[in-house]
Amino acid sequence: MESVLSAGTARLLIDASYLLVAFLFIMGLKRMSSPVTARSGILWAGFGMLVATVVTFAYPGMSNLWLIVTAILIGGVAAWWTGKRVAMTDMPQMIALYNGMGGGAAAAIAAVELFSGQAHGLAILTLAVLGGIIGAVSFSGSMIAFGKLQGLIKRSLRFRGQQIINLLILAGALIAGGLIALSLDASPAVLVTFFALALLLGVTMTLPIGGADMPVVISLYNALTGLAVAFEGFVLNNAAMIIAGTVVGSAGTLLTQLMAKAMNRSLGNVLFSGFGESAATGGGPVTGAQKPIEASDVGVMLAFAQKVIIVPGYGMAVAQAQHKVWELCQLLIDRGVTVRFAIHPVAGRMPGHMNVLLAEAGVPYDLIADLDEINAEFETADVALIIGANDVVNPVARNDKSSPIYGMPILNADKAKNVIVIKRGQGQGFSGIENALFFLDQTRMLYGDGQAAASQLIQAVKAAG
Amino acid sequence: MIDGIIALYIFMLAAFTGYEVIARVPVILHTPLMSGSNFVHGIVLVGAMVALGHADTSLERVIGFIGVVLAAGNAVGGYVVTERMLEMFKASGQKKKGAH
Repeated sequence: MESVLSAGTARLLIDASYLLVAFLFIMGLKRMSSPVTARSGILWAGFGMLVATVVTFAYPGMSNLWLIVTAILIGGVAAWWTGKRVAMTDMPQMIALYNGMGGGAAAAIAAVELFSGQAHGLAILTLAVLGGIIGAVSFSGSMIAFGKLQGLIKRSLRFRGQQIINLLILAGALIAGGLIALSLDASPAVLVTFFALALLLGVTMTLPIGGADMPVVISLYNALTGLAVAFEGFVLNNAAMIIAGTVVGSAGTLLTQLMAKAMNRSLGNVLFSGFGESAATGGGPVTGAQKPIEASDVGVMLAFAQKVIIVPGYGMAVAQAQHKVWELCQLLIDRGVTVRFAIHPVAGRMPGHMNVLLAEAGVPYDLIADLDEINAEFETADVALIIGANDVVNPVARNDKSSPIYGMPILNADKAKNVIVIKRGQGQGFSGIENALFFLDQTRMLYGDGQAAASQLIQAVKAAG
Repeated sequence: MIDGIIALYIFMLAAFTGYEVIARVPVILHTPLMSGSNFVHGIVLVGAMVALGHADTSLERVIGFIGVVLAAGNAVGGYVVTERMLEMFKASGQKKKGAH
């Protein structure tokens, strides 16, 4: 297309717009880090993305414009349609899916630049190759993560010598990448081998990782995609990509560390060992018995309590009980009971996921407290109501050195005067560890489906008069 | 134009910015924020557009086309889910407003 602007003017206009875009992205992320301004944050960032997309059409020497518009429409409409429909409980895998697409796009940019031979020089070629391998790993890895969380891939493929195979694939990809970067051999065969090995690596790296660790992996791939985007930004000489990609790369790395820490796992542990699914056994046997209770008794207990702390776990979300639980809480609040929600960092399927699920049910965020805020309050609580949570309230994490979850920060629900546990049956938690909390003197078990139990409690509180 | 050492400066400063912006975020916003940062790297769309816009051979056009489809999916999908999640965060006083 013959541009109406001269190439120099167009480039200046674009660079100035990209500066604005970078500002909008950073301000958007900043605003997203407080619940009060979070909503406006995504609007700022969204406006930035719109500006960036529009001005890019004015790039000097652009052709294939209809192809570009068609591709944007296909990708955009498909993502809009799925994004509007996905259930809040499925949010982690959707983030994985969209993130993988970004990684794939970065790898595609690398592929176009390398196949066309437009990239020159050791530094640029190296960055193109690095962005390509990181983007490709993020793409295929995220797709596997999506498949696992969506339940499409049920088993975790694990065998002896797996790490060695992964290392061999990585070495192969790096050798092919090295040939390309050093301009020794950039033939189509080498390029295809390079990208095929990188894609394969993402698959073989992610397959052995268990479902419980997947959030950390998704977060890691999110950071990696950011980095890949930044590297390809260097190749294309595009400041918006460099800044946005790098900001996401570092923010994502920090977020990944925070998540891993909250789960009491190191990143190396997540990537190179298979805790997530192989049920760890260990820890001493727990003595005593679990003591059941009827919903009507719990209703009275709640109705005449002064302070109730609710500890929701993913089990509550699976049972879709959050709406009933909030209805119950509103009844209690109307009676003058102080109600708080205590959220463990890994209460959902990723840190903060439970907050989203509670927000969906209409729970105001100021009733929700995280671990550091709430732990001192359990001592003054009359009732701690545990719904679908298990490992995150297991006191053995505090005092049993032989337990695999020893050292994990937990919610001190065992300090409350009464503990009520709503649970399907007598099973164990995600990690397969017996929960000492369930056997304490002040603990009573209310067996049943979360939603049904919450409904019974609503009736019981109403009946308590 | 960005070259050599200037590019490294941009890289370093942007890395610090990303770290600082996230450093004080409360846990309750981790999921939306991850989703939001996922949206922000949707900026890869402009790169994919430029790559496709400068593609000369059929092979380059095919790869570029896939790139733009994927990138648009990243940007639009990232925006939609982040917006949906953040829309739900309300304080006690405003809980009735805008509820679906």
